[in-house]
Amino acid sequence: MAHDHDHHDHSHDHPHGEAGAKPHRHPIRADQDDTITSWRAMEIAVRGLLIDKGILSADEVRRQVEDMDNRTPLQGARVVARAWVDPAYRELLLRDGNGACEAIGLDRGPYKLVVVENTDQVHNIVVCTLCSCYPRWLLGLPPDWYKSRNYRSRAIRQPREVLREFGTVVPDDLVVRVHDSTADMRYLVLPKRPAGTDGWSEEKLATLVSRDAMIGVAFAQQP
Amino acid sequence: MASTEAMPARFAPGDKVAVKAAFPIGHVRTPYYIRGKHGVIERFCGTYGNPEELAYARPGLPRQPLYRVRFRQAEVWPGYHGNAADTVDIEIYQHWLEPA
Amino acid sequence: MGGLPAGPVEATEHDYALWEKRVDALLVLLSKKGHITVDELRRNIEGLGAEAYEKMSYYERWIYAITQTLIQRGVISIDELGSRMAQVQQSDGKH
Repeated sequence: MAHDHDHHDHSHDHPHGEAGAKPHRHPIRADQDDTITSWRAMEIAVRGLLIDKGILSADEVRRQVEDMDNRTPLQGARVVARAWVDPAYRELLLRDGNGACEAIGLDRGPYKLVVVENTDQVHNIVVCTLCSCYPRWLLGLPPDWYKSRNYRSRAIRQPREVLREFGTVVPDDLVVRVHDSTADMRYLVLPKRPAGTDGWSEEKLATLVSRDAMIGVAFAQQP
Repeated sequence: MASTEAMPARFAPGDKVAVKAAFPIGHVRTPYYIRGKHGVIERFCGTYGNPEELAYARPGLPRQPLYRVRFRQAEVWPGYHGNAADTVDIEIYQHWLEPA
Repeated sequence: MGGLPAGPVEATEHDYALWEKRVDALLVLLSKKGHITVDELRRNIEGLGAEAYEKMSYYERWIYAITQTLIQRGVISIDELGSRMAQVQQSDGKH
């Protein structure tokens, strides 16, 4: 079945998922205007009812929103940087992802974390074709594109083409493994450590690790 | 009728398996594209509540062993363009797998 | 959805609006407290059907599915939901 994909330019003024960067601010969606949609009214109503019934408190909601806001790809980048400098940690990370998170003071998370390593032979990319499963406790909320119909339909079947659309060219002789996060595991890609980074501190190495590299649609940045 | 609490794991890494070519309705976590395909157990992931049951606020029993199963892309997608060794690795519950 | 024909991946992002973050928070809190599972969330989203699914945004689907689940479980009644929503919409969402 042929797919026509015009190689349409995804570049914006600023790259997305840039390593070490705070999330870029984009225009807030158009729903922040005067009229309230029924879905937003539903959210307000349901939250209010649950608070009235004592099932949750306004404070809990506020704290949970803050908690999620504080989770960013910078956390995942720390895990990657540690694995790059410490072979024993790398081994732990590949064997027991949750334990490895905990070992450096991060939340071990509610789901089993499977870490897949990019090497000279293999490139890994993660998708959830059924919904949008993502290691949120480690990386924060996923980008829209990860949840999009197009990514979920095509990353599984045409990973190399999708990678190219992200500007990531994987040589033909490398094996591409797509991981479909269909059940109770969550995935993190351990990108290859870029050349020319010998002797770098973990902190400095972490600046090369973008969210997109940990999903597998990008390589870690070159120094 | 009592369900057993958890099904024992019957597969081990390296085992060849086939995904059942079944198309029921309901909440199923086995993607359409993989049904009927053949793969190899990559690892055992643990035993979990059955999402098909949990989806209806039932206890999810019997709990099912979950595996990561590796498939060759060339066998899953007709006309796949890429390295013949490219794979897709998916988590599949035991009750969707048969020995192959 | 895997393998269906689809267009190029547009690397779009948006800052999540507060109401969206609150929906996300509802799911996390309610599942921690045992009032919903992600499985029920997903099954209710799947139950939307293709047309509604495409028309709704991600968190619109979530609030729909969370609310459906709470109704299914008898945590809230349709009557109180309807009344509260009407109140909210009459006061134009000043909450």
